[in-house]
Amino acid sequence: MRPSLNPAVLLGNTAAAGKGKIVIELDNVSYGYGGTTLFSGLSLKLAPGSFHFLTGPSGAGKTTLLRLCYADLRAKTGKVRLFGQDAATLTRDEVAMARRRIGVVHQDCQFLDHLSIAENIALPLTVADRIADAQNNLAELLSWVSLGPQAGQRPPELSGGERQRAALARAVIMSPDVVIADEPTGNVDWDMSQRLLALLIELNRMGKTILIATHDLAMIRSMKADVNARVLRLKGGQLIQAGAEL
Amino acid sequence: MKNLLALIMGDPLADRAVPPTGISARLTVFVAAAMAFLAVFALALSLTAGRLASGWADDLAQSATLRLPADLDQTNEALRAAVNVLQTTTGVASARVLEADEQRALLAPWFGPDIPVESLPVPQLIEILPDEDGYDAEGLRARLQAEVPGAVLDDHGAWREPLLAAAQRLRLVGWSVLALIGAVMAAMITLAAHASLAANAQVIRVLRLVGARDAYIARAFVRRFTLRAGLGAILGAVLALVALQGLPQADVAGGTGVHFGFVGLDWIWPLAIPPLSGIVAFAATRAAAFRRLKEQT
Repeated sequence: MRPSLNPAVLLGNTAAAGKGKIVIELDNVSYGYGGTTLFSGLSLKLAPGSFHFLTGPSGAGKTTLLRLCYADLRAKTGKVRLFGQDAATLTRDEVAMARRRIGVVHQDCQFLDHLSIAENIALPLTVADRIADAQNNLAELLSWVSLGPQAGQRPPELSGGERQRAALARAVIMSPDVVIADEPTGNVDWDMSQRLLALLIELNRMGKTILIATHDLAMIRSMKADVNARVLRLKGGQLIQAGAEL
Repeated sequence: MKNLLALIMGDPLADRAVPPTGISARLTVFVAAAMAFLAVFALALSLTAGRLASGWADDLAQSATLRLPADLDQTNEALRAAVNVLQTTTGVASARVLEADEQRALLAPWFGPDIPVESLPVPQLIEILPDEDGYDAEGLRARLQAEVPGAVLDDHGAWREPLLAAAQRLRLVGWSVLALIGAVMAAMITLAAHASLAANAQVIRVLRLVGARDAYIARAFVRRFTLRAGLGAILGAVLALVALQGLPQADVAGGTGVHFGFVGLDWIWPLAIPPLSGIVAFAATRAAAFRRLKEQT
């Protein structure tokens, strides 16, 4: 049986993003590549503790929207606010500090292949100079994602599902206020996708804000009973806030 | 000091975040070693040339020559008069008439060892050694003009001034060469750092995505290049010092006894090359890293 995660494992205050303040806000944002506009006039607010699915066809701009949410891209027009601060005015160091509050599960995981899985998961703590007091928590986190035996292996040696779980563990190790996941179940089978979503729901119950980009509507429907999620649909450059109904 | 210690000791986990880059690592060590080797030789040449020129200038400043023309009538009387003037001049410690053998030795390079000095119209020379306070050259010339007409006092001023100027220029050239070596080393390390940063663009991207600040990312590269440059400079400096010891030392300056290499406090300079190389590498890599990280935003 999969162990549940002890909230104390996650460093910091698991309800830090609470108190009603919008954690991430996109206000009339537009973005495009080259001369093509991907979307414009797009607005979105992520309240603390909320759970959102972002759906839409391939190429609609889901990944781009997520990248705007963790300041990996800068909006062409409009404002992106991270924890109330205009992302366009943040220095590079301030962006780094904001990213410590946003855990990201990338579609391609973005691991450093020369490090072990345990070192990759601990990387956010390492770069924050907080690794020394987190060894026990790392072990428990590895256990939570059932990767204890694989801790010493390199990322290329792991299966797709194991890599996705490791990416999720890395995303939450800093106890971020927000977890953003880009197609976290894209490369795994049905059972594994259910497991990953269960982990994300568990995090949401701890107070984390969750934003998941996926094109898998069946997977969303399967989670309907377990989480109070809003579904956002990105299509034709417009963001349709579809509500909880699927 | 705390930061220096942190730079040297490093953080093993942080160091592992950036993978080692073989070719740039080896190039950095090689460049630092080569530059340190050249720097030690430039220093040795500069310091030795400076000592040599200074030695010559000092030797010349410590003596003067009085020349009595060969055709001067009544040379013996003129000689006695000249010696008398010199012995009664304040500041002259001694005045010694050069023997025929000494005059022959002086002329030997041009006329051979068997030159019959006695039968040739060779000027008579008197070596003058001043005391610590020295003598008034102009006053002495005036007295000699009055009492030994035709005698010429040569205090080697015509030689000493150019030698001193040459010594100063040699030192300047030495420092310029060292500055050039430092600049070349900085340029090479900057190129190697840029190559390493470019090769690790994906690593930098991942580090940034997980919240690494520029200073953290730069530190990994700066520490690596600083230590490599320091290590290379130690190797280069040691090799250069070994090579210096292997050079022939005897009579290198034409019998002046000047030692080619480092003497006394001069040893501070070659010992300072490795830490100076580290400082150059630190500054060059840090500047390159922050510039690159800014571009890669």
